[in-house]
Amino acid sequence: MLGSPRSLVAAGDKADACAPSAPKSWGWSRRAAGLAAPLLLLLIPSTAMAQGDAPKIDSGDTAWLLVSTALVMLMTPGLALFYGGMVRAKNVLNTLMQSFIALSVVTVLWIVCGYSLAFAKGSPILGGLQWLGLRGVGQEPYAFYGATVPHELFMAYQLMFAIITPALISGAIADRMKFGSYLLFVTIWSLVVYTPMAHMVWGEGGFLRDLGALDFAGGTVVHITSGVSALVLAIMLGKRKAGFAEDMRPHSLPMTLIGTGLLWFGWFGFNGGSAIGSNGLAASAFVVTHIAAAVAGGVWVAIEWIAYKRPTALGLATGAVAGLVAITPASGFVGPMAAVAIGAGVAVISFFAIRLKSVLKYDDALDVFGVHGVGGAWGALATGIFASKAINPLGADGLLAGGGFALIGKQLAGIGVAIAVAAVGTVLIGLLVKAVLGLRVTGDEEDAGLDLTQHGESGYAGASTGSESPAVVAGMHG
Amino acid sequence: MTKVEALIRPQKLDEVKAALTDMGIRGMTVSEVRGAGKQRGFTQHYRGAEYTVNLIQKIKLEVVVADADARKVAQTIATTARTGEIGDGKIFLMPVAEVIRIRTGEEGETALQ
Repeated sequence: MLGSPRSLVAAGDKADACAPSAPKSWGWSRRAAGLAAPLLLLLIPSTAMAQGDAPKIDSGDTAWLLVSTALVMLMTPGLALFYGGMVRAKNVLNTLMQSFIALSVVTVLWIVCGYSLAFAKGSPILGGLQWLGLRGVGQEPYAFYGATVPHELFMAYQLMFAIITPALISGAIADRMKFGSYLLFVTIWSLVVYTPMAHMVWGEGGFLRDLGALDFAGGTVVHITSGVSALVLAIMLGKRKAGFAEDMRPHSLPMTLIGTGLLWFGWFGFNGGSAIGSNGLAASAFVVTHIAAAVAGGVWVAIEWIAYKRPTALGLATGAVAGLVAITPASGFVGPMAAVAIGAGVAVISFFAIRLKSVLKYDDALDVFGVHGVGGAWGALATGIFASKAINPLGADGLLAGGGFALIGKQLAGIGVAIAVAAVGTVLIGLLVKAVLGLRVTGDEEDAGLDLTQHGESGYAGASTGSESPAVVAGMHG
Repeated sequence: MTKVEALIRPQKLDEVKAALTDMGIRGMTVSEVRGAGKQRGFTQHYRGAEYTVNLIQKIKLEVVVADADARKVAQTIATTARTGEIGDGKIFLMPVAEVIRIRTGEEGETALQ
């Protein structure tokens, strides 16, 4: 896909190698001047060679991608807190664990075969097997994805996306899924849904990439897939059991707001890092990301203020995350004013989308579909409206930039494929996991809480839940 | 002996405690409780989901005193905790059969000193 910024940007760097690299090397020697002379001598030849044709590591690009990789890693703990605060106290650890465990599970999958299936050259649908076990994925750049950064770093950066995507699903199934079943689901989902989607949209030879659909940082691959899968799995699991007198309110909104802050912070790496370079495009993506989050958070609160007479903290957090979701596919192709429109648009759309669940009677516990599925689809569509070659010459012109409806059509194709792959894949994986392990905990386990029944722990010592007394007794005798 | 059990507004606790201390009463038990009475609850919205809270946070203050002091203690609590609005709470007085101080085994009113 033309849109895959990842290789486009790399190609771009090569195309106008002279313009960006000249100031870059000047910047280097200026900094190096303060260093010892021998080091300076070492640096000069290396920057000189960077202007040649052979892929050479650029230290600025590599530094920013290292930082971005760490930023995106931090989003998964951020997501854990964002979700953890919204559940009841008896399920807080289970909810945190569902995000954190993805760090372990997906990392192993990714290095063994996930990265190869997603990014190695293969069929238009799925990558090849030549990078199994990261064979050949080393310190040298792989020019197609990033001519100026180590291939291994590009792999690690992509890994952080692969980790957070299945973790996003956990919000929809909160409070009621067996932990083992969740692990099995995430494992298969990562291989069956995520890797083909990533390959189709971003991989070398992927068919949506070649079609020209644009997705800068994962609107389709990350947010539509996780949002749609969340909806399907929530329906397959059934509703949470809410006791007659049970207080279903979020147990710690301060935790949710801390999570929101970490997500917002990490998203600068998610979108800014997707330029795979430390350059103007990275700055542009960084800025529009911030604008969309700020605008969406504010607009969401304004709508609440009118609808419910109160501006809520959860509303601000939800709006900001929705804004971040929506700008994700567009972030490398649109300017600041488009970011305002995308942020304001997603606040209105997702605000009403999360109310669908009470009309249609499905229990997407923490609104993953409303925020990520619908918000991601809006972002992908909005990319077709607002994308401009003035921002990224390697992108395309959307409707408002005079490109007509061509890009919107390609964007709709991308959205459609993401929905289809996620929905069909999730139904099949859900049925398989149900047959092997079952999906839900028992009603009694749900009442007692998943922290106690799935993990043998309590989030808060002395919390007054019905399940507290056995733990207290055990403590006294232990 | 009489137990004076008062359900009061949380923000009135410090004032009531000070008034009781002024009367020479130091022993008391305080718990955070929730309850319903004439006071209407409130409505909260979480992402549009509406929660009506009608069990409202109150403080339960328990003091055991000699029968002779009971009414005065109860009246002091009532005047101190009063705002005049619905939701000020209630005071119950009930007889106490016996009191034992655990440390010494003392019984009766001496155990209250």
